[in-house]
Amino acid sequence: MVGHLLAVILLAPLLAVLGCLLLHRPRFVEFLNLAAALIAFLAVLRLLPLALAGPYLFWHAYLIVDALGAWVLLSVSSVYLLASIYAIGYMRSTGEDQRLYRFYALFAGFALTTLTGPLMNNIGVYWIAIELTTLVSTFLVCFELGRESVEAAWKYIVIVSGGISLALLGIVFYYWGGSFVLGATYDLTWSTLRQVAPQINPTIGLMAFLLVLIGFGTKVGLAPMHTWLPDAHSEGPAPVSAMLSGALLNTAMIGIARFIQVSDAAQLGTLPRTVVVAIGAFSLFVAALFITRQTGIKRLMAYSSVEHMGVMALGFGFGGPLGIAGALYHMLGHSLNKPLMFFGAGNAMHAFHSKRISRIHNVLSRMPISGLLWLAGAVAITGAPPFGLFPSELTILRAGLTGPYTWAVFVMLILLIVIFVGFLNHFRVMYFGNRTNLVLASAPALKKTLSLWCVVPMWMALVPLLLLGLWWPQTFSHYFAAIASQLASTVSSP
Amino acid sequence: MLAAQLDPLAASLFSLMAIASLLLSFVMLGSRWLTDYLVAFAVQSWLIAFLSAAVGYYGHYPELYLIAILTALFRGILLPYLILKIIKRQDVDREVHERLSPSACMVLGALLVLFAFVVSSHLGKSLGLTGTVAVLAMTVMLSMKLIGFLMLVVRSEALSQILGLLVLENGIFLGSQILVPGMPLLIELVILFDLLVVVACFGVLIRYLVAHAGTSSAYDLRRLVG
Repeated sequence: MVGHLLAVILLAPLLAVLGCLLLHRPRFVEFLNLAAALIAFLAVLRLLPLALAGPYLFWHAYLIVDALGAWVLLSVSSVYLLASIYAIGYMRSTGEDQRLYRFYALFAGFALTTLTGPLMNNIGVYWIAIELTTLVSTFLVCFELGRESVEAAWKYIVIVSGGISLALLGIVFYYWGGSFVLGATYDLTWSTLRQVAPQINPTIGLMAFLLVLIGFGTKVGLAPMHTWLPDAHSEGPAPVSAMLSGALLNTAMIGIARFIQVSDAAQLGTLPRTVVVAIGAFSLFVAALFITRQTGIKRLMAYSSVEHMGVMALGFGFGGPLGIAGALYHMLGHSLNKPLMFFGAGNAMHAFHSKRISRIHNVLSRMPISGLLWLAGAVAITGAPPFGLFPSELTILRAGLTGPYTWAVFVMLILLIVIFVGFLNHFRVMYFGNRTNLVLASAPALKKTLSLWCVVPMWMALVPLLLLGLWWPQTFSHYFAAIASQLASTVSSP
Repeated sequence: MLAAQLDPLAASLFSLMAIASLLLSFVMLGSRWLTDYLVAFAVQSWLIAFLSAAVGYYGHYPELYLIAILTALFRGILLPYLILKIIKRQDVDREVHERLSPSACMVLGALLVLFAFVVSSHLGKSLGLTGTVAVLAMTVMLSMKLIGFLMLVVRSEALSQILGLLVLENGIFLGSQILVPGMPLLIELVILFDLLVVVACFGVLIRYLVAHAGTSSAYDLRRLVG
């Protein structure tokens, strides 16, 4: 059963890629991609409860299905579904029907690589999956072929490839450390590494951990390795930004979570977790600075991604059942909320023909419904109640208070408040700002109604987000507890 | 652990090839012509291929012969050929905007090698491997890593950045041949293949850069800030 579902999850986007490449008809490829997204999403939903009994191994133990991986798959596939729906409306309005099949082939390929990442059991292959996500998404970032988007794509691929090569170095060091115990040739899977970790020389273990943290941290967009993120997120088409932010970052985050588990098993002292917490707090700091003084609407969302990844890093860094539960809940909330924000930004860019905040004004009069949804999303993304990110951030704060990192809790609290004020201030200006500038007010009043494709996914993101905020399902708690005990299984030994 | 029980001839052969590869990355640092980088990279790849074969011979890892052949084919012939095509297509053949003169780069590179040596001798000491070829391999691996990053930082021509990334990869590959010769074949094959895809992607992107941004130099890419 699990194996079949796994095949469905991976084959659906793969077939979509092939279908898009073979048949170029624009109306056909968009529905093909949508169908793949829907099938993958349903399969993941079915897989989720089954994964709890795992871990299951497939293909000579190259693929693993465990609760943590399935949870990330849930985040990824919901973003893929939302973005696929939105892409239909968005890409039609760009008038790129000629090249549309390439877009959807790349889009489905990107989804395929991001869905593959969390399933990789062999660490070397996981690294390759992450590298492939970069290569595919680069061409989505520069799909519009503008000067800025090509620049963003170049910076993206150079910085991320350079950064992730550090992770490869770290993996080689782990392998080397393990080869003193297990002999020259063995398969470096997550569980092997965890078992051998206590015998790995601590100096090597520490160095390897720091290298993989920096390497995959580049991909996650943790500061100070985040520099590619605002460019890539702001220059791609809106559905691509949603996928980059909501799906891709999580796929790399899971690697960091698993490596933290390895370094726990190795008993390297407090340094590894301290570094994770410090990087997380620094990401929040950088995000707070850039959010308050931001001028571009999509860059604003991008820095908010840096913030959320920082919060997740704090959650995993604090650790314990609470910290992990908070981080995972945050992951799902982020994956619902960020697409909503990028969809709203895409709609606003269509309505106002600009991505500068100063050019967007009186949003509600231009786009009443999607404007309201966007505003609600903005309240949600800053972690305000009654939306899903409020309980998760609260849980992470609580988790931090019990551990040795109380300083980080206070830093996090202050920075979250700064971000709340800074982020919503931009929305105040865009929605209710009193613009006296007549030139702006009389800008070409091109009244174009948004297609339903662009509004429905916003509802589909906001409603579950609201539900998650009002009610933390008991089943989720069980799920997180299972993941936490899996992640902490080796620490308990004295 | 292979590196600890080598006969002296093999150890000095490995050291020679590792150090020669390191010197070739200094050739890249000290030049400003793109074809020089390319030649240095190609020779470096051939050296690594020979090293793989030598490790395979002395350490009795027959699968490394395959790796050696593929390294020579992919890294030694195919990648340089692809990059040569890119160089011929564009009209820039050297670094135009120098942020740092080649001589200053070489001094910096020397400092980086020193740093790499300190780190790896520290690691070697904690493993009881002082004086073996493992420490040297680590030094070369880390130095090439750092030199690759230095190239990414100070060179702005798009091609130099690709070659910088390739030096990073070469460093890891070289080090892993000596430190972990038993690494599963599949991983190495996929990484080799991955590299090919990376360079192909970079080739397409450079074409886009020239066509849509009107430049092949990262120096001119500064629209996106803040």
